[in-house]
Amino acid sequence: MAQPIAPVPELLDLELIFVTGKGGVGKTTVAAALAQLAAERGKRVLACEVDAKGDLASLFEAAPTQFAEREVAPGVFAMSMDTEASLREYLKLNLKIPVVGRIGPLAKAFDFVATAAPGVREILTVGKFCYEVREHTYDLVVVDASATGHIISQLAAPQAINDLVKVGLIRMQTGWMLDILSDPRRTGLVAVTTPEEMPVSETLELAERVAAETTVRLSAVVVNRVLPELFGRGEEEVFEELRRPEVADELSRRAGGDVGPVIEGARLAVTMRRTRAGHLQRLREGLDPTVPVLYLPYLFSRFHGLRTTRQVAASLGEELGF
Amino acid sequence: MAPSVPGRPAAQGPWRPHLRRGAAAAPASPPPPSRPPRQGSLDGLLAAKEIVIACGPGGVGKTTTAAAAAAMAACRHGGRVLVLTVDPAKRLADALGLAGPGGAGIGNTEVRIGTEVFAAAGVAPRGELWAAMLDTKESWDALVRRHAPDAETREQILANPLYRNISSRFVQSHDYIAMERLFEIHSEGTYDLIVVDTPPTRNALDFLDAPKRMADFFSSRLLRWLIVPYRSRLVNFASRPFYQVADRILGTQFLADISEFFVLFQSMYPGFVERAESVTRLLSDRRTTFMVVSTLEATPLREAEFFSKELSDRRLHLGAIVLNKVLPTYFRNRAASKVASTLRERSAELEVGLPTDPDQTPRVLEEIADSFLNFGVVARREAEQREELASSPEVLATVPFFDADIVDMAGLLGLGETIWD
Repeated sequence: MAQPIAPVPELLDLELIFVTGKGGVGKTTVAAALAQLAAERGKRVLACEVDAKGDLASLFEAAPTQFAEREVAPGVFAMSMDTEASLREYLKLNLKIPVVGRIGPLAKAFDFVATAAPGVREILTVGKFCYEVREHTYDLVVVDASATGHIISQLAAPQAINDLVKVGLIRMQTGWMLDILSDPRRTGLVAVTTPEEMPVSETLELAERVAAETTVRLSAVVVNRVLPELFGRGEEEVFEELRRPEVADELSRRAGGDVGPVIEGARLAVTMRRTRAGHLQRLREGLDPTVPVLYLPYLFSRFHGLRTTRQVAASLGEELGF
Repeated sequence: MAPSVPGRPAAQGPWRPHLRRGAAAAPASPPPPSRPPRQGSLDGLLAAKEIVIACGPGGVGKTTTAAAAAAMAACRHGGRVLVLTVDPAKRLADALGLAGPGGAGIGNTEVRIGTEVFAAAGVAPRGELWAAMLDTKESWDALVRRHAPDAETREQILANPLYRNISSRFVQSHDYIAMERLFEIHSEGTYDLIVVDTPPTRNALDFLDAPKRMADFFSSRLLRWLIVPYRSRLVNFASRPFYQVADRILGTQFLADISEFFVLFQSMYPGFVERAESVTRLLSDRRTTFMVVSTLEATPLREAEFFSKELSDRRLHLGAIVLNKVLPTYFRNRAASKVASTLRERSAELEVGLPTDPDQTPRVLEEIADSFLNFGVVARREAEQREELASSPEVLATVPFFDADIVDMAGLLGLGETIWD
C-alpha cells in the first residue's frame, strides 16, 4: 500500500539525534553536517562524539573536543563523551552529600562495576544527552554515536537497567530517560551507510534490531558517497559505440592522444555505479517505506575538514527540501 | 560487452592460481598496480608465519582480505589453513561455500571448506582450508567450564545474570575472547597457518590489551574489596564512604548481585590469569605477524597509520599493509588526463561520425572526460597518501578497485592473487 511518506523536514525538528553507521561510511561527517545545517537554520546545537577520536573537532577545524562543550562554529557546540566526567556531573547534580574528595576512587570503582554491568556505563552516556534535552539547553543534540554494533546496547541501556536494577538512584533516572528516548517527536536515530554490500546489510540488520530491541525510532537512513549517473537516456549506446576499437582509435587520432584510459575509466565508473545501484535497491526494499532515505553525493575534491562539512550540510539541506 | 559474472573475469577458462600468475580474476580491466620495491611478499610472509592477525579500521574489507589470504595459502602452500573470522557477511560465507539454505554453516567449531568450492573456481588446492566464526557466548562458556574449580561453581556462574550480561553483551569481552580462542586453537597444533580477522572495535587496539586487562581485572584490589562479604563491609570504616555512595547509586541488591558474581568468578582467577599471560606471549611470538588492512581514504588510513605505530611501539611484528580499493593507476596518467581535458574542451569538434544522435556524442565525451578527471583527483590524492605511509612493513600490497562484489571462491582467489607476490 502506498502510504504517504512522512515529511522528511521533521528530522531537524527533533531534539535528540543519534547518528550511527558502520565504520568508515562517514558517520562523523554526517553528524557534523547535521549539526552545521541545523545551526545554519538558526538552532543552537550540541554535537557530541561518543568514541572520542577527534574527528568531530577536525570537521570544524577546531581543537580536540572535551567533556565541557565549546562553540566550534556559530551555533554549534561540541563535546566528547567521557563516562567518568559524566559520572562526576551526575553525582554533583544528584547527590546532595559532599563527595568531592572521594569521587576519584569512586569513579574508578564505578568503572569497575560498570565493566560487569554494561548498562551502567551506557546509561551515563545516554543519560547525559537526555539530560541536555530535558534541560532545553540546546534546540538539538546531535550524537556521533557508536558504530552499528554498539548503538543498540546504548539505546537499550535504560530498559536494561530497569530490568537489572530494582532500586537506587540510577533506577529512578531511567523513567524520564525512557520517556525522551521513546518519543519519536523528540528522539531519532539516523543510520549512515554507503551503497556497498556490507554497509547496506548492516544497516538493514540495524533497522530490524532497533525496532525489536529499543524504543527509539529510525528517523532516516543517509546514503553517503553516491556516485553520479554518467549517462542519460540513449547516451549509454553512444558510449558503447565509442568503445568499439575503430571508433576509439579515430577519437584518439582526433584528440591527439590515447583515449583508452578515459574510456576504461568511464566503464569502471559505470560498473561501480551499477553495482551500487543494486545495493541501493536492496536497501530501499528492505527498509520500512516510511523511513526516509537521503542521498549524499560522492565528493571527489575533498573529504575532510570544514569544507567537507559545509558541502555535506548543503547536500543534506537539499535532500531535506530546504 | 561480453556478459560477465560479477567478481569473475569475462569469459575466461578454468582459473588456476598456480599456473596463471598476475591474471587477477575479479578486476578484469585495470592493469596490475605497480608496487614499490619491497623485499618481502605475502607469499613469503605466510610461508614463514603461523599466525597472521588481520587488523585495521572497520569497513575496509578486512574479513575478505583475511579469507583471501588464507585461501591463497591453502592453494599455494598447502597444509591446513584456518581462517578465524568474527563477523562474516553472508556473502563471504557464500563465497566460502558455507552458507547453506538456512545460512548457518559456520560457527565456533572449525569446518572444512569443501574441495568442490575450489573446483568451482577451477582450482585444486594443495592443502586444506578451514573456517570458524567466533561465537563470543559459546567461547566464554567454554572458558568457564575449563577454569571453574568444581561443577557447582561452574553452574552457578553460567546461570548468573551478570555473567550472561558480560558474555553476550560486554563489548570488550569480544576482544579478549577472540585472542583467547586463537590461543586455544593454536595450542592444539592442528593448523599450519591461522589467519585471524579481528573484531571491529571502537579502538582497533583494544584486543591487544584485552588479555592484560583481563589479568589486571582479576588481580586488582578493587575486585578483592568488592567481594568482601557484604556485612563486614559495613563495619569496615575505610570502605564505608564508597559503599554508602555506591548503594545510593546502584541500590543494595544490585551491589550484592555484583559481589556474588565476583566471588564466584574469582575462583577461576589462577587459571584465567595464567591463560591471559599465555595469550599475550603468543601475540609477540616470532611466529605471529600482523597484517594491517586499510583503504587510502583519509580516515581509515589515519587509523591504520596509528595502528602500525602502536604495533611497532609494542614490538609486535607488522608483516604487511594491504591497501584495498585502490583506483587503477591509469587515472593518474598525465597523457590520459590531457586527453580527457581535450575531450572536455573540444567535445563539439571531435565528431567521429557515429550513427547515433549527433547531439549526444559531445555530451557523452564531456561526461566521460569529467568522470575521468574527477577520479584522477581522487587517485592522485590517494597516491600521495600512500607515499606518506610512514611505516615500512616487509610487504605493502595494493588491491585494485573491484568492479563487483566478491561472491565466490574465484573472487576471493582473484583478490588474493593481487596481493600475493
